[in-house]
Amino acid sequence: MKGVINMHIIVLIKQVPDSREYVRIREDGTLDRERVRAVINDCDKNALEAALQLKEKFGSKITVVSMGPPKAEDALKEALAMGADEAILISDRRLRGSDTLATSYVLYKAIERLGHYDLIICGIESSDGGTAQVGPELAEFLGIPQATFVDEFKVIGGYVEAKRLVEGGYEKLRIKMPVLLTIMKNANNPRVTTFSGILKAVKKQVVTWTIDDVGAEEKKVGLAGSPTKIMKVEKLSFQRKRLMIEGETADEVVDNLLKRLVEDGVIRGGY
Amino acid sequence: MTGYSGVWVYAEHRNGVISKNTLEILGKGRELADKLCVELSAVLFGCNVSSSANVLTIYGADKVYVTDDEKLRNYKTRTYARLMTELILKHKPEIVLFTASTTGRDLAPRVAARLRTGLTANCIDLDIGDFEDKETGRRYEKILYQIVPAFGGNVVATIVTPFNRPQMATVRPGVFPPPEKIFRKGEIVLFKPEAIDVDEEVEVLEVNRSQEESSLENAKIVVGGGLGVGGPEGFKLLKELADSLGGCVGVTRPVTDAGWMPYDSMIGESGRTIRPDLYIACGISGALHHMIGVRGSRKIVAINNDPKAPIFEAADYIVIGDLFQIVPKLTEKVKKYVGAL
Repeated sequence: MKGVINMHIIVLIKQVPDSREYVRIREDGTLDRERVRAVINDCDKNALEAALQLKEKFGSKITVVSMGPPKAEDALKEALAMGADEAILISDRRLRGSDTLATSYVLYKAIERLGHYDLIICGIESSDGGTAQVGPELAEFLGIPQATFVDEFKVIGGYVEAKRLVEGGYEKLRIKMPVLLTIMKNANNPRVTTFSGILKAVKKQVVTWTIDDVGAEEKKVGLAGSPTKIMKVEKLSFQRKRLMIEGETADEVVDNLLKRLVEDGVIRGGY
Repeated sequence: MTGYSGVWVYAEHRNGVISKNTLEILGKGRELADKLCVELSAVLFGCNVSSSANVLTIYGADKVYVTDDEKLRNYKTRTYARLMTELILKHKPEIVLFTASTTGRDLAPRVAARLRTGLTANCIDLDIGDFEDKETGRRYEKILYQIVPAFGGNVVATIVTPFNRPQMATVRPGVFPPPEKIFRKGEIVLFKPEAIDVDEEVEVLEVNRSQEESSLENAKIVVGGGLGVGGPEGFKLLKELADSLGGCVGVTRPVTDAGWMPYDSMIGESGRTIRPDLYIACGISGALHHMIGVRGSRKIVAINNDPKAPIFEAADYIVIGDLFQIVPKLTEKVKKYVGAL
């Protein structure tokens, strides 16, 4: 192992509503994140696990960064308990309603403030937004290369060798660090937080930064700084014909169904 | 924002063969361009791809911008993003669309961030309309409606990018029907930048794209199974029905979560989108996640023993009953009397 020892790895995590619970949508179309149980976004845990494995191998420092409401501190505390060294929460009322471009701009400013880093790892996408855009947009702001949809990677002397998913197969890339990776859920199995991990994490603090702390311009963040706007939110209609197929026996039901389907021209046959 | 005109589609291909999903978006792009009374253009990057450009005009493009260069043999995010950005800045399209494939989702955000414009992910529909800014009362005419499923209920959101150009979106594969050939008399424009700014920090070691496209997306008939199928054994019954109809089996997310069927057979928001002639849903409750993936089906049959199953709202034909009786009976009769179209 030459070239890279004592890496600084930045892991981006997002606190998301537990997908098993109902989420209220506000009048302006944004999600009300205050009232539901919140968890670390699923594949962000895989991103952290990947970083922890590198730390065990090379002795790295891991900084977890999140942007969100004050209660996102819980997600960062969990990340500290899993083994991260430092945690930064970018939290500011003026950030509410930020789209992916505004979000990646703020993260870019925060990472600039953190100084040197070798690797940025995040999950491929969040379970609530699901855009998969913040990673690549952030990499563009930082001017570093990226590999998205990665399910395997290793660090070899200043380079990352990553296998990424593409339509119909995969590709393997060799990328000079620093690089941003987005990690798939099947990349690894995130460790479970242990009691001793929680005890160690008690001593660690989550540092909170405002947009002023990171030097982000107010006009480039939040609803006003987001090029995309939610115009309206409406119910998706799946309504169809809803014709009940009846019959005394299963035989009759099946006959009646097949007759209909032949009439509709979706199957052909002697009915 | 004046001076921005035209609808663009970034064309994906595999060794010069234009992807099916690109053609789907091209079909929709044609419709949007006609509503706006502007040109539809496709953008094609690669090595030895010039001969494929006419495929894009056959399916509706007025113009195809082609950069054909050895340096573009392998897709590299930053090389392609720099080139795409340069082309956009030169010709100023008002709308740029990408497939929400792993390539489109890798490239589009990079381009959007370079241009400091908005990008909407995974659209299930697109349209043209007006937008009134409630704060200023100003009206913006003929802008792109980007329709996406929104988390946490049966809702879709319409997203707009009123103040920035171009308006950019990625589109979910399979949401639009394959277009007709319209044999448009298009123009092929070779774009030769002074120098292609190749990303030297990335080396492509290996590309393996040998897997066939999923047969699920191309199947005329799909038999779907949910938790009601009960386990891997139950899926044998569904497979027999699908085979008798020359179709395929697809499943819901809980089924793949349970490990009963492989991940790539999942239909729904985070899985595949299908638009068969006939979809037969067996033991499926009808969660939004799944329904988003099947809404393009011509006819939907739902078989479920729970009369209150939400899937019945979204079905053309409702069969309330035990799928373990109905499905084998259906297979038996299909084998005797019926064939797929």
